[in-house]
Formats: sequence, C-alpha cells, structure tokens
Amino acid sequence: MTALVLIDHEGGLLKQPSRSAVAAATKLGEVHVLVAGSGVQAAADAAARLPGVSKVILADAPAYANALAEPLAALIVALAPGYSHLMAATTANGKNVMPRVAAVLDSQPISDIAEVIDADTFVRPIYAGNAMATVKSSDAKKVITVRAASFDPVPNEGGSASIEAAPAVDMPAGSRWVSAELSKSERPELTAARVVVSGGRGMQNGDNFKLLDPIADKLGAAVGASRAAVDAGFVPNDYQVGQTGKIVAPELYIAIGISGAIQHLAGMKDSKVIVAINKDEEAPIFQVADYGLVADLFVALPELAAELERG
Amino acid sequence: MKILVPVKRVVDYNVKVRVKSDNTGVETAGVKMSMNPFDEIAIEEAVRLKEKGVATEIIAVSMGVAACQETIRTALAMGADRGILVESDVDLQPLAVAKMLRAIVEKEGPKLVILGKQAIDDDMSATGQMLAALLGWPQGTFASKVTVEGDSMTVIREVDGGLETVVLNLPAIITTDLRLNEPRYASLPNIMKARKKTIDIVKPGDLGVDPTPRLVVIKVEEPPKRQAGRKVASVAELVDKLRNEAKVI
Repeated sequence: MTALVLIDHEGGLLKQPSRSAVAAATKLGEVHVLVAGSGVQAAADAAARLPGVSKVILADAPAYANALAEPLAALIVALAPGYSHLMAATTANGKNVMPRVAAVLDSQPISDIAEVIDADTFVRPIYAGNAMATVKSSDAKKVITVRAASFDPVPNEGGSASIEAAPAVDMPAGSRWVSAELSKSERPELTAARVVVSGGRGMQNGDNFKLLDPIADKLGAAVGASRAAVDAGFVPNDYQVGQTGKIVAPELYIAIGISGAIQHLAGMKDSKVIVAINKDEEAPIFQVADYGLVADLFVALPELAAELERG
Repeated sequence: MKILVPVKRVVDYNVKVRVKSDNTGVETAGVKMSMNPFDEIAIEEAVRLKEKGVATEIIAVSMGVAACQETIRTALAMGADRGILVESDVDLQPLAVAKMLRAIVEKEGPKLVILGKQAIDDDMSATGQMLAALLGWPQGTFASKVTVEGDSMTVIREVDGGLETVVLNLPAIITTDLRLNEPRYASLPNIMKARKKTIDIVKPGDLGVDPTPRLVVIKVEEPPKRQAGRKVASVAELVDKLRNEAKVI
C-alpha cells in the first residue's frame, strides 16, 4: 500500500499543510510525494528530506507553473495506477485538484480528513465541524484531502528519498493562468502560525486592523479575520478564518471584536488556547474561550501591546 | 447561452445542528431547511448574466427528496426559468451527483454550469470539480468575479494567498465563493410567477446513474466539547495568565 501526496510549495519551500498531509499518509504505509511546477528542483530536494518519504516524483514543466487544476489532475491520474491513496492537504490547491482526479478514477473523494482509522476508514468534520463523521470508502483508490490542523506536520529534515522524473502527460487545453494578486506579509502564514490574532466586525474599519500589528509583531503571530470583517472590506479574503475560509489550530488564538458565529468557530475551535476580547459579554465566542476579557477593544488593544512590550 | 445551476437543500445555516442519539447522522426532522448559501450566489450570478444579455435561459437542478422542489421554487423565484428535480431517497454523494449532472448537461447543452463551492452540510467541496473532470471542461473554482467575453471567460479566484486570475474557454464550470455577489431576495410577484414555471421530475435511473453511496457512514458523533474558560478582569491579568498559567507566550 503506497500513498502519493501532492505537495504545495512556493519559492523552493514546502507549505506546512503539505507536511501535515505527509504525516497523515505515513499512517497508511509507504509515502511518495509529487512536486509539480516549473523550475522546482529546490522544492523537490526539500521534499526528499521529509522524514517518512521514500520517493519524490518531480514534474518540472512550464504547464505546471501555476498549478492549474486541469494539467495537474491529468498528471496525478497518470500516476494513479501505482498508488492506493492519492492525497493532498485541504488547501485551495488540494481542493481544486483532488476532486477532479477522483472523478476520473470513479472514486468518491474523502474531503478534509481529521483522523485515519485504517486504510479505508476516516473521520471527517461535517456541518462546519459541529459533527464528526466516521466514513468507510468502498472505492479501489482513495482520493483524500487532509485537514492540516488535525495532524502535526512531519519535520523538514530527516529523510533522504530518491527523486524521479514524472512521465510526460497530454496536457488538457482550455484554461490559462493570467496573474495573481497575493497579499504580501512578513508574518507567518495563517495555517502555519504558532499564534493567530484575528479581528472581526468590532474592528469597525480596515485602518483599525493596524492596532493588531504591534501585538502580532510581538507574538510572531499571523493576522486573521472573521467573515464579517472580510465581507466589509476591512481586510482581503485570504485573512478569513472559518468554515469556508482557513482552518487554523495554533497554540494561541486571540479573537478580537469577533462575536463567534458557528461558521467562525469552525475555523479555530481546535486552537490550544483561545482568548476573546469583546465588549459584549453575551458574545458566543466566550463559550469557547479559555480566557475572556469583556472590554472595549480600542482601550484593550493599546494596553495589550504595552503589556506585552513590558515582557 | 444556457446556464445550468445545481441547488442543494440543506439545513439552514442558522440552525445549530444536533447529532442524533443513535449516532447515525444529524437531526433533520422538524429542522428549517434552505438553499445552500453558495448555491444562492450561483443562481444570483446566473440571473445577472441573463440580465446582461449573456445568458438566455437558466435551468435550476436539485437532487434528493421531493421537498427539494421547494429549493427549486426559490431558484425560480430569484430568476431561474425552469427546474429539474432528480428525485431520490438515497444519500446522494458528490460522485453520483456529478454523474447525474453530466447526463443533464449532455441533454440540455449549457455552456456554463455555476455551482456553489461547497455545501454547508457535508462540506465536501467536490461536485463542481468532479463535473468539470467528467465533462473534460476547464474549471474556475472559488470565483469572486466572473466576466464572460465571447467564447471565453475571465475568472478571479480566491486562493490561500490572495486572488488569482484565470481565463477559461467555454464551456466551463464555475464554483462560487462568498464575495462573488450578494444574492437578491425574491419579490412577492416573482414568487407568484415562479409557481407557474415548470419543474421536470426524473429519477437517477432515467439518467443512467447508480446513486449508491461509495462512502458508508459508520457513525456520526459530537466533536469534543470545549469548556468555556473564565473571564479575566484586566489586560494585565490576561497577559499574566497567558505567561504563567497557559505558558503560551
């Protein structure tokens, strides 16, 4: 039994959610990984050092440069005969590509698994994580995306896998990548950060999100947001934490001016320690918070920045 | 051109779901059901394309129990022209749904299918991509802006790092993200008019699809409950607790 894990990477570095997907795959048997892109030898070398990985398949071609679903899915389908499980992290890329693979293989995908029971049986959240379903697949090949927050990532170093070139595959036409407008930040990525500081509707406008900066800087935190804050245009879409945004499980999650709709809780309730600061003491966020502070955030945030500075 | 929009009947997003005591699923008896919110966005986008003169006809499709007709009526009241119900009591999973949609697409010949990016009940986020693969069409998932220009379409997609723009040749698949549009409320006259629109009813067998689930649900359980913690009185106390009790900073 061998699993193939599609790796997300950028600038020669592997994305942390993919290391979590590898961790899930190691529970199933032998693990190979697929690194696809253009000029991605460095990422393949990095993948070869992941503990538990025995082979890296490197697909280095211009057609894979921007991870369009159509060529990437065609590649994975071509590799599928050698594998029992085809996996990826539940990222924008994994969600885009893997169901496409599953359809061609006549397999019902198993999305966003949180636990591996055995080779056929997995636990996955449904209804925004308000229920956990244990499901057993009857398909010959399992196509799986992995909830990164539920599996500790394998370390970056420790393995020494071989690297093998992927076969050439007929590229489907029909889609063309034009451009990307990515948020630039010196901060850690939301799904990989040890600490996340998120703002909600209570922040009132985009400018006020700057109040989170000194706190995030001091804690080495990523900055996130509730859907309400994104919909209101305070911050870009990639800040969104929740059922339909990013799922995070940091050591410390600080929710500021967030009421705590179930859709938001779905994205952060597995955090180790949750802090809520909200002026409404009835806000549902307090029902999941380890430490709650009922306060006006415009008073509390400068105080918090100062208190952390005193460290 | 014709646009096909699948719409799913799900537990309303405001309902706090409860796991059944026999652990076979979640309680749906007597619970408010609505159209999946992402599918409302899909219908809205199709209606806007019709208002712009890009689309000529919008077909809303739902699959499941007879009550899914209500979901189709909602789509018709928002501006869809006619409906198709694939009636089945089976737990329909994305692979079977995608296969049945393929059969409908092959019969109806739409140039665009707009789906919600995920259903808020099973949270699978798979059907659109699977339909695209079965048809061999390109896909624009998690769309936050769609512009049709002749035989192609520009799609701005929400991705993990921000936004990405792709161009797709038609026919193609779109799945909707939250920021694509704000769905309208159906007006009373339009709700009345929707009652006169046609809904065709077919069975999975009519479409040549065996809908038997491939994923068997062994059990459904409550997630581990988080205990509410305590309130702190001041920022100083909060920082002290985080440093000395939780030891996370």
